Amino acid sequence: MRGAAGLVWASLLLALVPSRAPSFAAGIAPADRRSAYADMSRETRAMQDDDTANPGMLSVLDGEALWSRKAGTANRACADCHGDAAQSLKGVAARYPAFDAASARPVDLEGRINLERARHQQAPPLRFESGELLALSAYVARQSRGAPIAPPNDERLAPFIAAGREFFERRQGQLNLSCALCHDDNWGKRLAGNIVPQGHPTGYPVYRLEWQSLGSLQRRLRNCISGMRADVPDYDAPEYVALELFLMQRARGMTMESPAVRP
Amino acid sequence: MTDTDTNFRPTRRAILIGTAAFGAAPLMLIRRAEATPDTMKAAIHKVIGESSVRKGRVALDIPPLVENGNTIAMSVAVESPMTATDYVKAIHIFNEKNPQPDVISVQLGPRAGKANFSTRIRLADSQNVIAIAEMSDGSLWSDSVEVIVTIAACLEYN
Amino acid sequence: MARTLINVPPKAKRGQVIEIKTLISHIMETGYRRNETGGAIPRDIINLFVCTYNGEEIFRANLFPAIAANPFITFFTVATESGTLEFKWTDDKGNVDTGTAKITVE
Repeated sequence: MRGAAGLVWASLLLALVPSRAPSFAAGIAPADRRSAYADMSRETRAMQDDDTANPGMLSVLDGEALWSRKAGTANRACADCHGDAAQSLKGVAARYPAFDAASARPVDLEGRINLERARHQQAPPLRFESGELLALSAYVARQSRGAPIAPPNDERLAPFIAAGREFFERRQGQLNLSCALCHDDNWGKRLAGNIVPQGHPTGYPVYRLEWQSLGSLQRRLRNCISGMRADVPDYDAPEYVALELFLMQRARGMTMESPAVRP
Repeated sequence: MTDTDTNFRPTRRAILIGTAAFGAAPLMLIRRAEATPDTMKAAIHKVIGESSVRKGRVALDIPPLVENGNTIAMSVAVESPMTATDYVKAIHIFNEKNPQPDVISVQLGPRAGKANFSTRIRLADSQNVIAIAEMSDGSLWSDSVEVIVTIAACLEYN
Repeated sequence: MARTLINVPPKAKRGQVIEIKTLISHIMETGYRRNETGGAIPRDIINLFVCTYNGEEIFRANLFPAIAANPFITFFTVATESGTLEFKWTDDKGNVDTGTAKITVE
């Protein structure tokens, strides 16, 4: 049933969009930017707004517990160096991805958590989308809730942001779609009964009702890319961090909602 | 496991093929038992017996159009003074088209203060959902909501 | 132990009707999903939730696969006296998760 529905909406979309036209990539005017929160039903918004009802908070609580747990051969907890996360990590998630000098590349929040584990705890990396990595990133991201998205003005990031923009605007996959076609040019319109969002990373990691669990931005991007019928890069591929960098630029100034709830 | 669990329903053909191929153990075909309005009626009957159910006193609140069938906010409120002699004993929720007709069954008493509860449910398709309240005097009251379920555009394929 | 999130007002007036909210982490596997090779993923759900107030049962729910993952249940009770509310979730395998909350009733 799902496959059939996918083909239906794909063919509807193809009918609407001329196949050779370049995607305009004019972007969304800053004043027109809105979070997908605004398009959700009253009930789903209530689920996000109430910390006693938001399923993402279960992961935040798990993350809080992990924060104080000693790990690795260094037998050190995050708390041992960072103290109270509400103080030391306030606003940090709103400034990620950021450049990591030692590895000469940008890393996202999950990548940073694993680098910290390796460098300061001598602990093995946590698997992508594992309960533990999601819990820690949810806990860290929660400390940025309410903060404006503020990607760092770091020249070293420029080529990666450009790569992310190029990915966003490039037509790819079996349907010859680009991210920009839906999320810049057709946001607010309906696709298979759902409203097309602008695609801002304001609430990650997000509790997606479709997943019935919390998930990372990379997981969501992989869903988008497979939805477009394009080749999906593996977790931790450089494309994702580049794309996240671009998306954070595009969303500069918008408010962090993590952990958000989305359909 | 309740005996309304219909996960495994081997067809005769499947058993014959299985027996032929594997000798001893028959091959069990796992078929989705789609609930129908009749299955739902049977499930309701099993819970409340022969008594008649009247519409009213129950307010079942589910959004008429939901973004995702996996997690749907649902709340039920039943008019009742909730005193020691006049209260809601139980509230049962049923659906029409999920593989199983039962959703949740709640037991209450005068200590509840209010005959209200809420939860989140899953609906496999657009369908009717019914709430039936059992009163302390034995009377039964109900409400139903027709829910339209949409699916996400970009699903996970890997 | 699964992660739980319980919300009970810490204080209430005697006779006041209070709302209790509960959330627990559980996959609530329906038994109707299939894995990559087409095999059925076995059912694994919380099937029973009970709340007691100073030892007396005030709420009971039998849950079925139609209850969404990470079950969220809210209900009401009359604040009768100070004490402890206890919450118990039981799943198909017999695992029991519990939680408590204290309330002061004046």
